[in-house]
Amino acid sequence: MISLYAFMGALEQGFAFGLMVLGVYLTFRVLDFPDLTVDGSLPLGAAVSAVAITNGYHPFLAMSMAVCAGFIAGAVTGILNTKFKILHLLASILTMISLYSINIRIMGRPNITLLGQDTLIDKFMEMTGLAPYISTPILFAIISITGLIAFIWFLKTSFGLAMLATGDNPKMITSLGVNRDMMIIFGVGLSNGMVALSGALVAQNQGSADVNMGIGTIIAGLASVIIGETIFGTKTITCAMISAVLGSVLYRIAIALALGMRFGDFAFTPSDLNLVTAVLVIAALVSPQIKANVLGRRLRA
Amino acid sequence: MKKILLFMVLIFMIAVPVIHLAQSYTVSITQIVEHPSLDSMREGFKDRMKEAGINVQYNVHIAQGNQANNVQIANQIKGENPDLILAITTPSAQAVAQKIKETPILFTGVTDPVAAGLVKSLMIPGKNITGMTDMSPILRQVELIKEFLPKIKTIGTIYNAGESNSVVLIKVLKEVCKSFDIKVEEASIANSSGVYQAAKSLVGKCDAIYIPLDNTVVSGLEAAIKVCRQNKLPIFSADTDSVKRGTVAALALDYYRMGLQTADMAVRILSKNAKPGSTPVESLQNLQLFINPNAAKKMGIAIPKQVLDRADEIVK
Repeated sequence: MISLYAFMGALEQGFAFGLMVLGVYLTFRVLDFPDLTVDGSLPLGAAVSAVAITNGYHPFLAMSMAVCAGFIAGAVTGILNTKFKILHLLASILTMISLYSINIRIMGRPNITLLGQDTLIDKFMEMTGLAPYISTPILFAIISITGLIAFIWFLKTSFGLAMLATGDNPKMITSLGVNRDMMIIFGVGLSNGMVALSGALVAQNQGSADVNMGIGTIIAGLASVIIGETIFGTKTITCAMISAVLGSVLYRIAIALALGMRFGDFAFTPSDLNLVTAVLVIAALVSPQIKANVLGRRLRA
Repeated sequence: MKKILLFMVLIFMIAVPVIHLAQSYTVSITQIVEHPSLDSMREGFKDRMKEAGINVQYNVHIAQGNQANNVQIANQIKGENPDLILAITTPSAQAVAQKIKETPILFTGVTDPVAAGLVKSLMIPGKNITGMTDMSPILRQVELIKEFLPKIKTIGTIYNAGESNSVVLIKVLKEVCKSFDIKVEEASIANSSGVYQAAKSLVGKCDAIYIPLDNTVVSGLEAAIKVCRQNKLPIFSADTDSVKRGTVAALALDYYRMGLQTADMAVRILSKNAKPGSTPVESLQNLQLFINPNAAKKMGIAIPKQVLDRADEIVK
């Protein structure tokens, strides 16, 4: 049903977007801050890293610059929300739409090619000598697992614990003397830093940074978080974060399946893709409930 | 019984060489979004392959405008291991070019393949990729507008600053207009619902509006046509489909023919072993002139006789 290349491709995209999903998890679940900045900060990370790479900077340096840019974008959303009292949803939309113009300014045009540039993927391929369809998913897995470990470590520090509490119980955290506003600004910044890093990986993977590449990021992010939660569980915070990254991988595998689906003479047309993807995601969402219902009935019977 | 046997043997003798002659190929197609011009390139390609008697099995993939799907499609195609890849539009071509280095890739509908990083130069593309550019013949389009409006001072244009093709086109438009001493008044938009506002902002600032090949503006074209009718402002387009929707005229590339010509390149690569890397990028020379007299009347503009005489199609 799906070829080895398509499967490896789904893994590579799942991990490339894994950091983005972690970012969405941080705002959406930890801070309880629905953040649409990501649709703009993903191409921001792509734009900044592409400009740096084409100007001869090492891909690592280019990616660090992307993280900083993403952090600033997120912090702006946080400041708009906490200091200027703009509703979080609206604050993030404002940052997102301004990023569209800013990204075109950064790149000087809407699309920068990375074809023929020495990207991190090329460097890693040279180092390992593996074929690109094997080395890219490994590289992206290493990066997002490193990000995941760093993130888990961060949330176990006292600063991280305060951040966890910020979303859960803002009143308590303020009474304990933690500056809630700073927590929000820093947290949304951190989240978008991760999203921008993800954007830098995606750009290197697709061969270009394009101002329109952020469309639908938040939907993919939320779908991945929810799929991860339903299938892998959320017992502890560590478990929930691993679930988020695995959810990202499963979401991309679902899309790969949707792209390759054929039943005998009946074939989906390409325009059915969105619907098929939605149905697959819904199936992932409702299957645990159905299972619980069926089990519940059996136990009662 | 004997007759039947003889008949079967005969059929076998005829059929076997036929089966051997008709070699079959697989072509994987990747396209960023469904859209009349892009679709007609694909149809033109398929029709010419059929005409050329080449037996092709197609795998068609459309990314529904989502670039993450686009990369996944490139991986999917790698698994299909086709004989040739047809990439329609710039982002689709960039994704397959990044992922696939051996299979021949033909792109079409790409405005500036050099800036997109697809080829080293138009004459010698290098690597496994070549194709067709749809760079608009802007010089000849501005000349056409000048035939309608000899005294034109300022031309207005609407485009999406996020479409890399449009940005290239506007740059060329400015250069061309400079040589004619015409001022260019720009209105840029971010999505098709902005077309109405953009068209209104141009009223009073220009003598005519020119719509480049911009996917976003073309999807919301009716809004601009409405504004132009209300304000007697002539509007010209760079594609013929828009003339049917109500622009005054267009001197344009015919996307169906572009698909045909792309297929000719595919035939040379598949059955005559041409190497993509040494096959120059082609462009379509044959232009089509479409005129809409009804629209001209509504926008208060006369159609010069010499233009009417050489029109390829007059829209009723």
